[in-house]
Amino acid sequence: MVDKPSLISRRRLIRTGTLGACGMLLAGCDRLNSSGGFRGLLQGAESLHMGSQRGLAREALAREFAESAMSPAFRANGNKDVADSAYRKLLASGFAGWTLIVDGLVARPLALPLAALQALEQREQITRHDCVEGWSAIGKWQGPGLSRVLDLAGLSDRARYVVFHCADRFGETPYYESVDMVDALHPQTILAWKMNGQLLPEAHGAPVRLRVERQLGYKHAKFVMRIEARESLDGLYGGKGGYWEDHSDYAWYAGI
Amino acid sequence: MTDSPTVSGGEGGGLVSRHRLSTRIWHWSNALAVLVMLMSGLMIFNAHPRLYWGEYGANADHAWLEIGSNGQGEGMVRIGPAVVETTGVLGVWKNREGEIKNRAFPWWATIPSDYSLADARLWHLAFAWVLAAGLLGYLLWSLVNGHLRRDIHITRREWRPSHIWHDITQHAPLRFPTGAAALRYNVLQKLAYAFVLFLALPLIIITGLAMSPGSDAWASILTEAFGGRQSARSIHFLVAFALVAFFLVHIAMVVLARPYNGIRSMITGKYRLPREKSDG
Repeated sequence: MVDKPSLISRRRLIRTGTLGACGMLLAGCDRLNSSGGFRGLLQGAESLHMGSQRGLAREALAREFAESAMSPAFRANGNKDVADSAYRKLLASGFAGWTLIVDGLVARPLALPLAALQALEQREQITRHDCVEGWSAIGKWQGPGLSRVLDLAGLSDRARYVVFHCADRFGETPYYESVDMVDALHPQTILAWKMNGQLLPEAHGAPVRLRVERQLGYKHAKFVMRIEARESLDGLYGGKGGYWEDHSDYAWYAGI
Repeated sequence: MTDSPTVSGGEGGGLVSRHRLSTRIWHWSNALAVLVMLMSGLMIFNAHPRLYWGEYGANADHAWLEIGSNGQGEGMVRIGPAVVETTGVLGVWKNREGEIKNRAFPWWATIPSDYSLADARLWHLAFAWVLAAGLLGYLLWSLVNGHLRRDIHITRREWRPSHIWHDITQHAPLRFPTGAAALRYNVLQKLAYAFVLFLALPLIIITGLAMSPGSDAWASILTEAFGGRQSARSIHFLVAFALVAFFLVHIAMVVLARPYNGIRSMITGKYRLPREKSDG
């Protein structure tokens, strides 16, 4: 049998060894996390996620729910108000003087008043909003299809991305988001001005927010002021296609 | 801790081949993937440390599990109506610099150790491919080479309660088999390995997929089968801790039953048959 002192020293050895190994593991992971090469490898998985999802079901529709399945309270996240004085004036006037700019790679740049968006063919859908943080809320959205608005503007064949420029800011940086043409032309991708049967409230992105139902919440740009069709995301802010993508390295493809 | 010199004969002592290359490669790549998935998953949980049942669930809805602080600087875990104080470990803890943090899981349990949902998702979603492809490849290969049929398949005789009870009474006093019998998995081991291979790992992969809004569009049956996205998230979390429980028992068994021999057999494939005890 092993005598007592050596048992204690062995126990101490195991304890120190385990703690040391864990410490090295954590330090190693943190170092890998900030190493460009390894991070690039992890980021490479994004194209696998997107490729597999698109390959399996490019046109699939997000699930829609019955009214009875709706969340009693729909959590607002991100920016819940906009400080900009021009926006505050528009909000106070019920967005009477507001227009949605549609420009970039289009034949006919547009400035659409809210009434024009409301007059287009509407789509109503009850869908589940999935936040990247993990929570979900089910709500009812209404608005014209983005594809209809892009049709009106005469989208160029060269356009590969649609960018949403927003009124809200994080500090000095404006919020923006982008989708590719698969999601831009998807039938459930709408410019929602109505939520749960009422005009979209400020906390949820008045007057118009994007609904891109097969992706996570941060893609659903709120307070949309301008829609720009582009060939590339290069040269636009941080170049990664969205505020969170630029600033926190969230994935551009947020389908998982 | 050194083994005795080789003794020939069926009573043990000899060095034999135990684990195939495919088993050894999968064991270690899966161990790495599971560890990374767990630690990055705990960081993802930290972004919204509440669990719900059903399709939706956010702050205004009832959470069946919550890890946080009680507002008086104390960490707590709430499961249903039961609240346990966990200051220092869960909910409220000190980071490496000694600063107090109000997050669910502490820095030493997460990847990365400083709060970052975006980085944790990078790790988690990349290693998900290692986990899923590894499991699929290993299961298919083990089906082809007969590993599943020979070593994991639980026979009709082994399913008998009397047999299972016999194995439990054999193992309660930690009496490990010797000689060639040590090469066969007993029914409890088979149950544990079958649980991991056919239930826990597939379930954690499928519930993970069921949480994806993209997958919910083309495979909504997965999300619906679990009763909704938030139920899938809850089950994902529970299965993760079932795997932690398996891991702890697995490690305890390796340590109690000749750790050097066991670990070597999972690295080189060679296992020294435990010798029969002369005193019976």
